[in-house]
Amino acid sequence: MATMIELKNVSYTYPEAETPALQDLSLTIDAGEWVAVIGHNGSGKSTLAKLLNYLLQPSAGEIRINGILAEPVNVWTIRDLVGMVFQNPDNQFVGATVADDVAFGLENRGIARDVMQQKVEQALRRVHMWKFAAREPARLSGGQKQRVAIASALVLAPQVLILDEATSMLDPKGRREMVQLVRELKQELGSALTVISITHDIEEAASANRVIVINDGSLIETGVPSVVFSDAKRLQSFGLDVPFAEQLKAKLAAKGVDVPDDYQTTEGMVNWIWQSISPK
Amino acid sequence: MFNKIIIGRFMPGNSWIHRLDARTKLIISILFIFVIFLATSVPAYLLAGLLTLVVIMMTGLGFKTFLRGIRPLLFLMLLTTFLQIFFVTTGTVLWQFGWIKVTTDGLINGAAIFVRFMLIIIFSTVLTLTTQPLEIADAMEALMKPLKRIGVPVAELALMISIALRFVPTLLDEAETIMNAQRARGVLFNEGHLIHRIKAFVPLLIPLFINAIKRAIELGDAMEARGYRGDTERTKYRVLTWQRQDTIAMAGFLLFVVILIGMKFIFG
Repeated sequence: MATMIELKNVSYTYPEAETPALQDLSLTIDAGEWVAVIGHNGSGKSTLAKLLNYLLQPSAGEIRINGILAEPVNVWTIRDLVGMVFQNPDNQFVGATVADDVAFGLENRGIARDVMQQKVEQALRRVHMWKFAAREPARLSGGQKQRVAIASALVLAPQVLILDEATSMLDPKGRREMVQLVRELKQELGSALTVISITHDIEEAASANRVIVINDGSLIETGVPSVVFSDAKRLQSFGLDVPFAEQLKAKLAAKGVDVPDDYQTTEGMVNWIWQSISPK
Repeated sequence: MFNKIIIGRFMPGNSWIHRLDARTKLIISILFIFVIFLATSVPAYLLAGLLTLVVIMMTGLGFKTFLRGIRPLLFLMLLTTFLQIFFVTTGTVLWQFGWIKVTTDGLINGAAIFVRFMLIIIFSTVLTLTTQPLEIADAMEALMKPLKRIGVPVAELALMISIALRFVPTLLDEAETIMNAQRARGVLFNEGHLIHRIKAFVPLLIPLFINAIKRAIELGDAMEARGYRGDTERTKYRVLTWQRQDTIAMAGFLLFVVILIGMKFIFG
């Protein structure tokens, strides 16, 4: 599969900071992958997101998006390729109404108005928000605002969609809806869309194809969720949560129950318990 | 405490006036302020009053709404009127008490000012009640466009106005939240003497400012991520369309102006 994102020995130090936020990070992400980046607060996850969209310039190393080197000349090309949804639903809502907000990126690119109207409708239908096109942001829930933010990014037809802790300020319902929406989008667009979700939410990370663990600015490990989450102790040592099924497993093991060694989804755990307690 | 503010409140509706282009309404409202000074005779005031009455009927919002709009300004209106009545000393003296004189000229002037004041307020209330703030912002941008030639950054100003309008409810909500949070910690707003009250607002204002700065940084990031460059020619999603009813409204208003000028010659 084609490489979409390539980081070579990337470091970034914030001005006036003593230690770098990211250190010597090398990693590749293929086109069409859904990658979750996890790590505790201040581990450098959000810095990574901003580097990928060229909101920050790496202090060292190089970043290529779809083969294009992140350098000042290419800044707008890169922002065309990479769409981004930020954490706070209120602070990224530029438009006065839902439709205006989705149109903002198109306005910036000088798209003709009739084309713009079609695209806005299409994007809003895709996130099930067309009904709310004329609403003001003050009259939307957090989850709805984030769905609009996704539409605002998607309307520009990016190849990469970065969700920078996009669910962290939502209630559990809004969070589930967002994960479901990303799943739908992935199903619809398939390998045309690469999703990078930077998250605290372990259940959200478990839906991805691959998990990248970052700790104190460096890459700790990368692998499929079932492998990464199977080592609960190690995750906890980085200050991360473990999925519910793994927590249950650990508690059962502490009570002397002989639990399976490999990673279990909630579903898998239910099946296992079912099988082990029902009479043979 | 914030939802009592009714100045500039928009009342949704679908009347003929509601559907008018915001530019038409803005131009007419501004012109009306100047035109009303052409009225100097009783028939002219009657005509202006009639027009205002017709406009109120056409909004379909009812008189009460407009009367409520006037109430906060009633004190100011009455004060100016009384000042006129008591301090204009020309004309026939009707009543005198010490140095205070009420004269015919004073009464006429007072009445004229009261009526002018009321008509202007009602007319601007029609604008704000029937037009969404956003549309007013768009109309202002459209009317400012000629200023671009002399170097006024009209597009940037328009973006600032529209972002400001969009953040008004968000910031009001936040102010409410911070106030309640500070109350929970024992800050008393609206109690004690003046200095005390002013000091009580510091724990509200500082977090509000800091949060506004944080919001601005994040909003800036979000705008850049979506390709906002500022220096380029942008297209517009929202456009105002001039319709036949706008031409009719403009023509009607023009007719009113012409009749007013005519009346000035006939009645003086």
